[in-house]
Amino acid sequence: MTTEPLVRWDWLGAHLGPIAGRVEQHLYLTVIAVAVGFAISFLLAALSIRRRKLYPLVVVLSTAVYTIPSFAVFVVLIVVSGPSVLSAEVPLVMYTFVLFVPNIVAGFDTVPWEVIDSANGMGFTRGQRWWQVELPLALPLVVASIRLATVSTIGLVTVTAVLGDSLGGLGYYILDGYHRTFTTEILVGGLLSIALAVLADLALVLLQRVLTPWVAAREVAR
Amino acid sequence: MESEAVASARARLGNSGAASLEFRGVSKRYGSGPDAAVAGTPGAVNDLSFAVPAGAICVLVGPSGCGKTTSLKMVNRLIEPTSGQILLDGVDVQTVEVTALRRRIGYVIQQVGLFPHLTVGRNVAVVPALVGWSKERQRARADELLSLVGLDPSRYRGRYPAQLSGGERQRVGVARALAADPPLMLMDEPFAAVDPIARAGLQDEFLRLQKELAKTIVFVTHDVDEAIKMGDLIAVLADGGRLAQFGPPDEILARPASDFVARFVGADRGLKRLSLRTVADLKVEPVGQSDGLPRFAPATKLRDALSILLVADTRGGVALDEAGKPRGLVTVDEIASALADERVGTDARS
Repeated sequence: MTTEPLVRWDWLGAHLGPIAGRVEQHLYLTVIAVAVGFAISFLLAALSIRRRKLYPLVVVLSTAVYTIPSFAVFVVLIVVSGPSVLSAEVPLVMYTFVLFVPNIVAGFDTVPWEVIDSANGMGFTRGQRWWQVELPLALPLVVASIRLATVSTIGLVTVTAVLGDSLGGLGYYILDGYHRTFTTEILVGGLLSIALAVLADLALVLLQRVLTPWVAAREVAR
Repeated sequence: MESEAVASARARLGNSGAASLEFRGVSKRYGSGPDAAVAGTPGAVNDLSFAVPAGAICVLVGPSGCGKTTSLKMVNRLIEPTSGQILLDGVDVQTVEVTALRRRIGYVIQQVGLFPHLTVGRNVAVVPALVGWSKERQRARADELLSLVGLDPSRYRGRYPAQLSGGERQRVGVARALAADPPLMLMDEPFAAVDPIARAGLQDEFLRLQKELAKTIVFVTHDVDEAIKMGDLIAVLADGGRLAQFGPPDEILARPASDFVARFVGADRGLKRLSLRTVADLKVEPVGQSDGLPRFAPATKLRDALSILLVADTRGGVALDEAGKPRGLVTVDEIASALADERVGTDARS
């Protein structure tokens, strides 16, 4: 057995193109999961706000889904829908519900009653009140939940590598490196995945600053 | 100087004038069924009828749960009455499209309810924006109104509500309610959340502003002293949302219609009446030797003058005229008789 160096820089140099492709796939799988998960969660949250009695049930179901091991879901899905993007996205989307729904509901709960009362008293229609008052005031927690779901999904995307070589994003390198006992690949997959999560989180923090400048003003005032 | 600024601001702002308001047999019952409490249920209102002429401040006052806030909110239909009519300039508010109605009525509440995510300037321009004014006109309007309530637009228009003091927030709330020049303003305990000194300042300032703007105002408070100070007319509501008495402050203090009203306005109602009059209202005897006597400016309230005389323990004080020259002698007896010989005060001793 020859001793391998921890990182084979020559391999890295020769694979820049494929690595970039995997980064792209990783982002693509993440964006789809977060976007679809957000859309479904937003509807579930809106339903929970209107029918408060349903809220505990929605939370219980979202949490129950979250407890199913991802590996088990992938094994089932590979039988049902093969090694496809669909098979990868179904669990990724499901796992976002528990991160999105409670935060979106809490976001709308933070809108003070006196703000709603004065909006009504000044003649906002329901729609105007929702778009111009309630949604902007819920945004800090809504964006916080997007950060949470994005970071969590970037980590989970690596597991989709078990569906086959055509999936997994950077997880492909982690799995392939493991099979071949090739640390360079494992490190490339793992470290780039972490870097993606950190960069995405920073980008969303900036987005939140731009969208809700009044939050910073409030914090300075305190 | 101040009133000049107000007058010029008003000239620039234009003024759509004021609307008359009438309650006709208005009731609000909560709950359902024959037992639905007419009395007893907090916030219920029972057969309320009174009329407020255009340009007057009408104060709704009473103990908590007496239905004063319910009554206020039925005017802009945040609460719908069970029966009866509310007429704004003779038009039943039920027949007006609800958002259009509300945009024509200023609304100020104790918690202010400024939008935390909008700057002060945009908060003030909320209703103009809803009714589709151009951005430029909105901005100009916001600046004018901020000046009107004593906030320098260049310093305040870009701030967020979280960066204001309680008193400043309340001023912005008033400016916001005035933005679309409504003929009627509803104010629900607007100054109750600020400390007593700031409150007195806000009250004085608002009365000064109202002299210029002459809006019709419905003002809710639980504080009798505030009601007496702010009201041209006072509606005293009793438990169960019944109208216990309606009239000008002096009449309610001089001739309470029931034991409830007498108790509610307090045993010191005679003193409260004195706070409605000033030294300038007093007939005075010529003053002789006046060295060492307290001196009263014309705007001094009789209540304060009496208090000063009692503390100073002198035979009287000197009433000054506008120029600061002695006008005559003010005595404790003179002040006491001021209560007796006013037109509404015939049975003030009862």
